[in-house]
Amino acid sequence: MSKFTEDDLKKELETKEYEYGFYTDIEADKFPVGLNEDVVIAISKKKNEPEWMTEWRLEAFKIWKEMEEPEWANVNYEKPKFQDISYYSAPIQKPKLDSLDQVDPELLKTFEKLGISIGEQKRLSNVAVDIVIDSVSVATTFKKTLNEKGIIFMPISEAIQEHPELIKKYLGTIVPTTDNFYAALNSAVFSDGSFCYIPKGVTCPMELSTYFRINEGGTGQFERTLVVADKGSYVSYLEGCTAPARDENQLHAAVVELIALDDAEIKYSTVQNWYPGDKEGKGGVYNFVTKRGLCEKNAKISWTQVETGSAITWKYPSCILKGDNSVGEFYSIAVTNNFQQADTGTKMIHLGNNTKSTIISKGISAGKSQNSYRGLVQISPRAKNARNFSQCDSLLMGDQCGAHTFPYIECKNKTAQIEHEATTSKIGEDQLFYCNQRGINTEKAIALIVNGFGKEVLNKLPMEFAVEAQKLLEISLEGSVG
Amino acid sequence: MDLKEKLVSSFLAFENKGGLDLDSNVHTLRLKAIQNFENEGFPSKKDEEWKYTSLKPLLKHDFSLFPSGEKSVGFKNIEEYLINEIESYKLIFIDGVFSSFLSTTTHDECDVCVLSSALTRPKYKMIVDNYFNTIAKGNNSLAELNTAFAVEGAFINIPKNTIVPKPIQIINFSTGSEKEVMLQPRNLVVVGENSHVQIIERHQNLSKNTTLTNSVTEIFVHKRAIIDYYKIQNDTDDSSLIDSTFVSQKQQSVASVSTFSFGGKIIRNNLEFYQEGEHINSNLNGISILSDKQHVDNHTLVNHKFPNCESHELYKGIYADKSVGVFNGKVIVQQAAQKTNAFQQNNSILIDDGATINAKPQLEIFADDVKCSHGCTIGQLDESALFYMQSRGIPKKEAKALLLYAFANDVVEKIKIPQLKTRITKLIAKNLGVDLGFEL
Repeated sequence: MSKFTEDDLKKELETKEYEYGFYTDIEADKFPVGLNEDVVIAISKKKNEPEWMTEWRLEAFKIWKEMEEPEWANVNYEKPKFQDISYYSAPIQKPKLDSLDQVDPELLKTFEKLGISIGEQKRLSNVAVDIVIDSVSVATTFKKTLNEKGIIFMPISEAIQEHPELIKKYLGTIVPTTDNFYAALNSAVFSDGSFCYIPKGVTCPMELSTYFRINEGGTGQFERTLVVADKGSYVSYLEGCTAPARDENQLHAAVVELIALDDAEIKYSTVQNWYPGDKEGKGGVYNFVTKRGLCEKNAKISWTQVETGSAITWKYPSCILKGDNSVGEFYSIAVTNNFQQADTGTKMIHLGNNTKSTIISKGISAGKSQNSYRGLVQISPRAKNARNFSQCDSLLMGDQCGAHTFPYIECKNKTAQIEHEATTSKIGEDQLFYCNQRGINTEKAIALIVNGFGKEVLNKLPMEFAVEAQKLLEISLEGSVG
Repeated sequence: MDLKEKLVSSFLAFENKGGLDLDSNVHTLRLKAIQNFENEGFPSKKDEEWKYTSLKPLLKHDFSLFPSGEKSVGFKNIEEYLINEIESYKLIFIDGVFSSFLSTTTHDECDVCVLSSALTRPKYKMIVDNYFNTIAKGNNSLAELNTAFAVEGAFINIPKNTIVPKPIQIINFSTGSEKEVMLQPRNLVVVGENSHVQIIERHQNLSKNTTLTNSVTEIFVHKRAIIDYYKIQNDTDDSSLIDSTFVSQKQQSVASVSTFSFGGKIIRNNLEFYQEGEHINSNLNGISILSDKQHVDNHTLVNHKFPNCESHELYKGIYADKSVGVFNGKVIVQQAAQKTNAFQQNNSILIDDGATINAKPQLEIFADDVKCSHGCTIGQLDESALFYMQSRGIPKKEAKALLLYAFANDVVEKIKIPQLKTRITKLIAKNLGVDLGFEL
């Protein structure tokens, strides 16, 4: 048997093309390129939005025009030309569907290729899926079961119609339109997304899940997700993404807002595998995401993410620990290969007493990629007995890639206890030797070590997602994951 | 007129004043430097490197740039700031002017003298051309400012194969002859192959007047040379210090810089190590013990450019009252620097509620076969340990001081001059408000 060495792995990693790079040919209803007030109004009209929503969008657009694109992140890329993007694209679909049979077979094929057959999921995994293809929800399942519990889970565009009071109350409260350049842009032009409300004391019986896909070439996707967990409720929300291979750079600027009221718990898991560009670094998705959650008293928000795709990732899921005894968690694996660049991390803002946060970040860089962790732990003067533990480890494969850490720690309270540690290493020869010595071949050994490296995070993923996450790791680092 | 304008406009007068028979190269350097400073100005909080430290409160002062009235300072006035228990070379500067009366210099086996003579004498032209302003150049606007106005400071040139028998003390005093004074000392240290030197540096204000010191030190360490550099920062509450130290190391050399920050209004330390060869060892140590409204900002950079090098960084901080501590440790491992071992540790204790610590331990790694780690903790004293000591009859204050001393001791242990170690221990005790020798 030929020996599989780290060099072979490196070569394989470099030559490994994006497997999910296909393009579904569905007729799309698409706006001409460009962005101005008329486009914003048109998007709003298209969605039959009430006036207050249109105004909210216009306000955001006004703010966005005043803002400048941020440049502080440790990434290099050609700036997207905001006037060359079409801001709305919806697959032309007949009226709402009652069952999967009515869904465009082309679409279904797409999902099948992704290995996320809806039917199968329905039967086996007890997951309700609100599928978003290019901006409009196509199929919503399990609605009934959720309805019985009083759980609202629907596209945000519908929620604006049906539950305007909830949307009005919560939208933009965690990520205000003024927050940053991309959040403002998203607020102005978001086409769709998901809205989820868990009533008081209800434990959501299943994992809620949305699959986002960027489908139509040249369209930006601006998703807006809002999850509200009322007092004492629990929800686990899954988000997974894959996108077809396109040559021009695609822009994705999503906003996710989580609100956990007293004693509530939200678990938000993401698997992101958008097209990372080819071996030369051509193409690929720009992923500029604003994700933030607010914890009231005794509440808990847990972010778990597996980032394997996108040419540029720029994403900092954050927790505002406002209530006493609230808990924030962040578990992340970011894998970059070829020319991918990732600048990701978290912010933990401790405001309440006895607040706790945990940050576990694992970065794996291969090829010519750059992987950065950027995090902030902030203890306000009034946050007594705050506790933080951060760990960010990097694994480097090959000498062309880079790993960076930019942790910011700001502590203004003497009762706080903060620990931060970071390590950078490669797969040690002694580790490999140890495995070889015990009869484990090199390929298996590398798999073992990488698996072990990411285990702390992989373990946090819900069962239903763990399988997919492993699949995605396989694509990014095939040969290294058993 | 703000300070920047004042500095820029007085530059011409300063240059025309002549006085110094300078080499034309140095004039060119200065001109360039003042232009750079004029373009960049003082850093503001918008600069990432100055995010946590604002110079604004300093810039509103109307500093006198060229203190004139020379106040006579006798040995008695400065005795307590010197370490007299050991024989040493001394370079004493009073308001930026070298005091030959108080100093002990040498030209025997090595040159321990002043920069002004190095800049003017042909004998040293080669050294100045080769080293002066080579690493400080284009680095930051404050270093540029110093270059533009550099006239005086320590010049230490150790030839090959020389072990300097005595430590060298460099002390800058300000006498308060002017109400508000700005000093810009400039030091140049060249350590030749296989040589060894120990240097202690201190800035001291003798009055209650405001002082701003913008100091730059360039250190060149050649093959297999060893340098230990200690910085004592225990100034009055009206004194601020911006200290930029640049160290360039050649192969197999060992350089250690230890910074002890116990007093001052605003202290900013820029400490940068550039490794220019293999098998280099760089050590960065620091203790900050602050109270009142003191502000200390330790910015360090270790740039690993070659394989098989090491760096060890250990910074401890104890912050009381409304003091602010900032730590930014950057380690860059470039692609060629395989087999690098870089360790960085930053531990802080907050004593009071108003105190703040901002830490940013930063790693930028471009090589894969390296061992790099950083650890950063913020916490409090162990209550049970305090109780244990109190239950055995040690008063709370002393018990606390003992624990804090033990916390800082990791760094104190690294001091290689015993007399200095005693002095630092005493300073720590004084800053912790206890009368303990810590020699229990």
